[in-house]
Amino acid sequence: MIIYTAKRLLGALPTLFVLISVAFFMIRMAPGGPFDTDRTLPPEMEANLRAAYHLDEPLYQQYGRYLSNIVVGDFGPSFQYKDFTVTELLWTGFPVSLRLGIASIILALFFGTIAGCFSALRQNSKLDHLVMTLSMMGISIPTFVIAPLLILFFAVYLGWLPAGGLGSGGVVNFILPTVSLALPQIAYIARLMRGSMIEVLRSSFIRTAKAQGLSIKTIIIRHALKPAMMPVISYLGPATAGIITGSVVIEQIFGIPGLGRFFIQGALNRDYTLVMGVVIFYGIIIILFNLCVDIIYAYLDPKLRK
Amino acid sequence: MINHFSNNIWQEAWEGIKKNARAKIASYVLGFMFIFVILGPLLSSYSYDFTDWSNLAVPPSLSNGHFFGTDSLGRDVFVRTLYGGRISLLVGIISTLVSLCIGVTYGVIAGYVGGKLDAIMMRIVDVLYALPFMFFVILLMVFFGRNIFLIFIAIGAVNWLDMARIVRGQTLAIKNKEFIEAAQVLGVNQWVIMRRHIIPNLLGVVVIYMTLTIPQVILVESFLSFLGLGVQEPLTSWGMLVKEGAEDMQNMVWLLAIPGLFLATTLFCFNFIGDGLRDALDPRDRT
Repeated sequence: MIIYTAKRLLGALPTLFVLISVAFFMIRMAPGGPFDTDRTLPPEMEANLRAAYHLDEPLYQQYGRYLSNIVVGDFGPSFQYKDFTVTELLWTGFPVSLRLGIASIILALFFGTIAGCFSALRQNSKLDHLVMTLSMMGISIPTFVIAPLLILFFAVYLGWLPAGGLGSGGVVNFILPTVSLALPQIAYIARLMRGSMIEVLRSSFIRTAKAQGLSIKTIIIRHALKPAMMPVISYLGPATAGIITGSVVIEQIFGIPGLGRFFIQGALNRDYTLVMGVVIFYGIIIILFNLCVDIIYAYLDPKLRK
Repeated sequence: MINHFSNNIWQEAWEGIKKNARAKIASYVLGFMFIFVILGPLLSSYSYDFTDWSNLAVPPSLSNGHFFGTDSLGRDVFVRTLYGGRISLLVGIISTLVSLCIGVTYGVIAGYVGGKLDAIMMRIVDVLYALPFMFFVILLMVFFGRNIFLIFIAIGAVNWLDMARIVRGQTLAIKNKEFIEAAQVLGVNQWVIMRRHIIPNLLGVVVIYMTLTIPQVILVESFLSFLGLGVQEPLTSWGMLVKEGAEDMQNMVWLLAIPGLFLATTLFCFNFIGDGLRDALDPRDRT
């Protein structure tokens, strides 16, 4: 088990390296600099600015400096928010995004699993078709169509929930964004869960359990749920990536000051270090999360546990 | 997963769709959507960038010829939705073709050559798989301008990984067949074997897999357009119309609802067809 973990950890390193390198060189290759403004700066001032941010060094030197700084968690100064380092900005936005993301994942897992089991137990009935059609809609209707409609309905017409912003950071402000972010994942997990639950219910150990006269409830909870959850667990990696990407749009729609908003702002302002910081930070999270999922999977699956 | 690579994969796919009622309806709706998007603008007397000063922000009505109403600039929503659809579908198809070219070339080489090269190439795919690719597409769009050709290529260039894996798997299955061996014995050039004998035989699977890729690509494009990073005015796409609609939704809900409905219907149909195909071609009985 420890060897497996260490192996997987080592395997993640090249991915991280590629991630950082691609982000770095892509941004440095891009036309237009961070100090391009309508007013042209006097050349001496611009040279000073460039020197202060080490932009006058050869590319490989900047690259080396950036790599070694990242190792100690230093993403450099932000080019636009002059008084902040990127690391500080990341830590302001991240807690908000994290809260949103975790709430969405929990919501998605909970309702997705229940809907999937519900459908699997009524395979090919009218209710099953209804749930599956609904879930196909959940997958097909993009978040940025659902979210404004939810705002329109629950915030504008009914006035039950706030339309955007964080307010005082209460739970009410998180309901709509969390639900909009979770909907496609609920739909996806429901479909996945239905498929695997149907397969598990057909297997011989379930037939044995049925023959022993156990109630359906006991069979599902005690015997069928765990093996049926396996595909859902391995989907958690892609689900996280989906939720992180989705949160960029959701934070934009609801005006939530999370990492996604920093990313879009930074990209539009050519704030090199901030954008790279967000991409790398999110990349690291996705890679680490995938790693955790793999390890949990290996731990749960007796076939992989050696 | 899919073991057939003769011509009857088409037949089998079609049979599968015909048997699956939802997939059948979805393919008719989708066919209608394509025709509508191409020919529909002829039904209206307005052009997509014409400002109708006497009808600003009017709701849908048949009497003034604005079937889906107009936006706050007096532009006809009917024509704009259909033009947006042309762009969205075009991006969906072309970007998928780009990813197909890269994925097929990569997968065939990895699968056919095999050995160390295969191991390295597939390891690269694994590494790329873990990257948050949407962020890279956004970066590309921001730094290199919002050009429609760049959209085709940027989305295609990050979407080929699945295709490469599937093609590699198919290639491995085909390359040990007698006819390939015969070609090798006859001394046919390796590249010619890949191009003339392997690629044509895996095309069926590839084209069917395309059905699953197109909706993903349309979604990515509309995501970008929604963030204001996709196609540029005066061109429009469904994502951009949804974005504009979301800004004005309190007073003019049709601006959001209509393009949103078109986008969702299209994705819905593609997903249903893809689902039907997967059921039909997956030997494991899933229903």
